[in-house]
Amino acid sequence: MMQDYFYTLSDKLMQDLEGEEQLLLGFAGEDSDFVRFNANKMRQAGRVVQRELSLDLIHGKRHARASVSLAGELEQDLWQLSVVLHNLRAQRPYLQDDPYLIYATEVNNTEQHHDQPVIDSREAVEQIRQAAEGLDLVGIWANGAMVSGFANSFGQRNWHSNANFNFDWSCYHAADKAVKGGYAGFDWQQPTLLAKFEAIREQLAIVAKPAKTIEPGRYRVYLAPSALQEIVGTMSWGGFGLKSHRTKSTPLLEMVEQGRRLAPALSITEDHARGLAPGFTSSGFIKPDLVRLIEQGRYADCLVSPRSAVEYNSVANAESEFPGSLEIQAGNLPGEKVLSELDTGLYINNLWYLNFSDRNHCQITGMTRFACFWVEQGKIQAPLNVMRFDDSVYDLLGNNLLGLTAEREFIFDPDTYGQRSQNSIQLPGVLIDAMNFTL
Amino acid sequence: MNEFLNQVAKRFSACAPAVDFWTLRLTDEHSEFVFVRQGVTQPVSTQLARGALLTVIEGDGMGYAATSDLSTSGLQRAAAQARDWAQYAMGKGLVEASAFPRPSNKGRYQTPVQQAWEDMPLGDKIALLQDASQALKIDERIVDWSAYLGHRRVDTLLVSSAGAFIEQGFHYLSPSLTAVANEGAITQYRRGGGNQSSRQGGLEQLPLLGFPDAAPQLAEEAVALLSAPECPQGNMDVVLAPSQMVLQIHESIGHPLELDRILGDERNYAGTSFVTPEMFGHYRYGSDLLNVTFDPGRPEQLASYACDDEGTPAQREYVIRDGLLVRPLGGVLSQARAGLAGVANARQADWFRPPIDRMANLNVEPGATDIADMFASVERGVYMETNRSWSIDDSRNKFQFGCELGRVIENGELKGLVRNPNYRGISATFWRNLVGVGNAQSFDVQGVTNCGKGEPNQAIYVGHASPVCRFSQVDVFGGAA
Repeated sequence: MMQDYFYTLSDKLMQDLEGEEQLLLGFAGEDSDFVRFNANKMRQAGRVVQRELSLDLIHGKRHARASVSLAGELEQDLWQLSVVLHNLRAQRPYLQDDPYLIYATEVNNTEQHHDQPVIDSREAVEQIRQAAEGLDLVGIWANGAMVSGFANSFGQRNWHSNANFNFDWSCYHAADKAVKGGYAGFDWQQPTLLAKFEAIREQLAIVAKPAKTIEPGRYRVYLAPSALQEIVGTMSWGGFGLKSHRTKSTPLLEMVEQGRRLAPALSITEDHARGLAPGFTSSGFIKPDLVRLIEQGRYADCLVSPRSAVEYNSVANAESEFPGSLEIQAGNLPGEKVLSELDTGLYINNLWYLNFSDRNHCQITGMTRFACFWVEQGKIQAPLNVMRFDDSVYDLLGNNLLGLTAEREFIFDPDTYGQRSQNSIQLPGVLIDAMNFTL
Repeated sequence: MNEFLNQVAKRFSACAPAVDFWTLRLTDEHSEFVFVRQGVTQPVSTQLARGALLTVIEGDGMGYAATSDLSTSGLQRAAAQARDWAQYAMGKGLVEASAFPRPSNKGRYQTPVQQAWEDMPLGDKIALLQDASQALKIDERIVDWSAYLGHRRVDTLLVSSAGAFIEQGFHYLSPSLTAVANEGAITQYRRGGGNQSSRQGGLEQLPLLGFPDAAPQLAEEAVALLSAPECPQGNMDVVLAPSQMVLQIHESIGHPLELDRILGDERNYAGTSFVTPEMFGHYRYGSDLLNVTFDPGRPEQLASYACDDEGTPAQREYVIRDGLLVRPLGGVLSQARAGLAGVANARQADWFRPPIDRMANLNVEPGATDIADMFASVERGVYMETNRSWSIDDSRNKFQFGCELGRVIENGELKGLVRNPNYRGISATFWRNLVGVGNAQSFDVQGVTNCGKGEPNQAIYVGHASPVCRFSQVDVFGGAA
């Protein structure tokens, strides 16, 4: 229904164009339930319905942009949008030619629908509260439909929709000792939820043991996929974009300038074809299925936005230069051998609040969080008190990388800034010979 | 003030649902952004956002619904959704019915503006940014440079079934200058001209923020940092400019004192706190020199307002006085849950998110020390300016910060530049090592425009003002080279 509404709105707006004007339209909407938990009780519960239209009005090389929240009522929205178009037109005399303006002129219509029936949120909340009975559960249930669209005055129409749920939570033993859980997808299954809570109850029994405080120093570690995700997420702050490479602001500058490399076992791609995020850009280009970012430890390609493609004479392959569908190739370390291969060291399930301590050397600091364990001779001994690490990615995922697990996890991004994220990542865990802890 | 919002509120009030209590918070927002990078004017961008957040209380259940459909039928649909959630939450909720805020008061706020955003034509704004951009490109080693100017006008109206009527209008100005210098595999940044200092007000704020006059100095410093030595390593004094104090206050005083964190709401996302309810009234948070206020009354600061988004009238309060922890940062709902007096800081970041405890304006009050005297008292230390990196544990205790620019202090003298200055410490002890607080001449109003928190997530504006401060016995170090 929203697709029809967007296309009708687009058709009407295209009729209002004057002379040689071109118009690019983007549509984003969500219909989401959010239920927040604390102490396995409902803290806040509600529904968010929002629709936003973005406009880029072009005349020659001059253009101006706007975004407008829509009511969803045609006459009312058209009235508001006609005012917006008028204002964009009025800005034109003050603007300069934009040398990096680019937009698709060849028509590529696409439709992607992943509209599995959305589970009733109240039913899911009931099942969650029962599964967590007796536990100090805190977290967020998010559920509903996400839609994105594109239309331009050349006649191109694109639509992407999906309906999914994302339950992101943790269960606390006491103070900061807790176990993190996550269950997201399209097809809610109560047995899956129950199995996840069973695993959490087992880990909580370990978390309840007296905690160990380690001294600063270097330790052998295993980073579970969610911990590795934090490292790769921080590398992504400028690490993979063409603009950051050309302006020498990439944290992977030594790979670009000095040919430095990560471990040969490491290959990272941006998997546009995965389908959670729209396959089209806001200027109407269709994304390629795959962009190879790091191949066997060597820097390969960059993510290139349409504007960067013009500025740096390259080819666009992404909407933004921040990855949203990363995939890290699996290794050959069987999951059941992680503890024995770790032998003595730290089993880190989650890292937290990472940032660069020296961006030029891709040196990152951050904290351990949630269930992290001290392991001796392949056996978990005690939960860890939180520790700060400060180390270079060139060491962690380079010289000191011992292996990647054969199994990978698929993680839906639970972020909801502005609207629910459509990002995701698929990655293994990683065994590292030495990681530097400082505080 | 905003006739459109008034009309919407009247329409809804005439057909509001029969429930125990409701509030309607309406937002009408207009933003404009102008950006020049490397002398090229980027597309001018305008954002228009209008929406409503309806909150319904039924028994001990509360539910909300957000919609951008402000027609009567759209609001009625949202009210029904909020009521359904409230009814479902009855008997399952965390909060007792008596704790929910039920505002009935009147309130009004308007940002004082001397020179309105609209007073400067778009062409003049672009010309101003072009000049600033040109002033940043002083050397071949400046490889990226940009000038930015953004403005947000936000009108809100909160009404309730008990007769509350609170209308507030805000104008936010966000200028920024950035210079990126590179040589080989070394890149250094300098940002300023209001980069961390977004303010309420009009264009009259620009010269006060060094925009665009700071451009040449920022570029010169970025180039000079390329060949500056690494920051020394060791346990020593640090003297922090307001442009670093802003993050130090934010992360290691603001977040740990948020009452909803202390009550556990944020444990799955933003984290918990090393502060517990029992600490208020007697815990020594810092040295005697530490005085921290929640101050919603400083007109130019980002989070100045008359009432928070639960409708509670806001007033200045000491949060830490003479080093002792006095009160948490918690709104009426959190205060009722915790049994503690707090402040009016329940805020929503967008029209589609419910209010939660936020920092608002949280300031370190000026002391008595002249800055020259402060430097003269340092035997060995580093002066640091402009935050560039921040990290802290989920209890808000173990932190590490990095700054863009450092200067060595030796035997009371401020000496040459050092690059990659970092320091780390523990909140619970760091503030007790506060040994110097600058006087009013060193006091500067800054802020954070991307404070992230909440589930669902909310990024909000908060203000932090501070004088220059000196801390002893700090673990200082440079980059990895």
